[in-house]
Amino acid sequence: MDSKQPGGSTGHAWRSALALGLVALIGTALLAGIQQLTRKRIEAQERRAVLAQLGQLVAADRYDNALHDDRFTFTDNRWFPGGREVTVYRARLHGEAVAAVLKLVAPGGYNGDIHMLVGINADGTLTGVRVTAHKETPGLGDALETARSHWILGFSGRSLSDPQPSGWAVRRDGGVFDQFTGATITPRAVVMAVRQALEYFSANKEMLFAQPAEPGNP
Amino acid sequence: MKPAYRSIFLDGLWQRNTGLVSLLGLCPLLAVSGTVVNGLGLGLATTLVLVFSNLAVSLSRGILRPEIRIPAYVLIIASVVTATQLLMQAWLYDLYKVLGIFIPLIVTNCAIIGRAEAFAARNAPLPSIMDGLATGLGFCLTLVLLGALRELAGRGTLFSQAGLVFGRWGDQLQISLIADYPGFLLAVLPPGAFFGLGLLIAGRNFLHSRMAGQSPQHAIIGGVNETPSTA
Repeated sequence: MDSKQPGGSTGHAWRSALALGLVALIGTALLAGIQQLTRKRIEAQERRAVLAQLGQLVAADRYDNALHDDRFTFTDNRWFPGGREVTVYRARLHGEAVAAVLKLVAPGGYNGDIHMLVGINADGTLTGVRVTAHKETPGLGDALETARSHWILGFSGRSLSDPQPSGWAVRRDGGVFDQFTGATITPRAVVMAVRQALEYFSANKEMLFAQPAEPGNP
Repeated sequence: MKPAYRSIFLDGLWQRNTGLVSLLGLCPLLAVSGTVVNGLGLGLATTLVLVFSNLAVSLSRGILRPEIRIPAYVLIIASVVTATQLLMQAWLYDLYKVLGIFIPLIVTNCAIIGRAEAFAARNAPLPSIMDGLATGLGFCLTLVLLGALRELAGRGTLFSQAGLVFGRWGDQLQISLIADYPGFLLAVLPPGAFFGLGLLIAGRNFLHSRMAGQSPQHAIIGGVNETPSTA
């Protein structure tokens, strides 16, 4: 049965093609089924994960709108060069602007992009900053994570006037923010990105809250 | 257990352990073994894939001619891995986020296509499932041991973030063996994975030669062939 000359007859070739097609068909059908079954649940999980992150920056009792859906994504090369996308989540209470959370990417980490959430109250003070994904060196740059150090919590309550603009830098650059032992580049990238987000917010606050929501991919 | 199943099981778990003897799938093994929980998560996902890909390959062995078997196996394994990925995303979302790219990369673990070709393609479904289970558990065991070694040396804890696999009650499982442990960076970084794996391979060879009644000097350096060295 196992003829050793491949393609010896077109019959074999057809049967092989059919068998391969059958395998592909079964595989595709299986995946389509599983995708249908899990789609709703995966969406819910993604939503829960995003809300859990946002919840660290804006407490749930401070707003009454659907924070996860009241968002839009934009690119603005003047403020965020390189076509980096920024997503804004708006928290409102009785229709009044309470706070916005900017999901953005800080360039210039020691080891690539640092993905962050920057929460800003309507009055321009920071509700807080969190790093959601980074590739900084374990043991040095990863002091960004709340599980490793409290450094990132030091941003809460700060604004463009606290410290003064000249102080918005790490200590080594003459600013007020600590660098961590052995790592200057990582905190510098984060401080710069937070400052940028604050400046963008103060310049574009009206637009940020007026822009209609455009739910798409989270 | 019938003797045949017993030998299949011991074979996958010990005699040709994927990580320690065949040295297959080292990329995920080295990359994801930072903690016990990460290792366990990837190990279980790989086991699931091995069981179902072996089953599918075994079932299709009648209709697949030799010249198309490799593309067919690739299709089967890719489907099973994608299905596993979707299921993890739906039910173990946080773990899925932590393991990230290494879930889809299970596709490239040579151990899986290796078992399809070497075992499932010429055996009935039940022994093939058993072979997949044993190989997967052997891989999982290596991942967990290496994870334990690195987590303990690197952070002084065990089972940190166990909630990722076991749900909320898992968070109580974390054991901090050494209070105020300063951390040992080398164990956490990639070189630590190589050192740890080397130690595990040496330990396994030592035990293996002890059980076979040889002196350790004649131990086999982890290789694909388990034939005793003639040197």
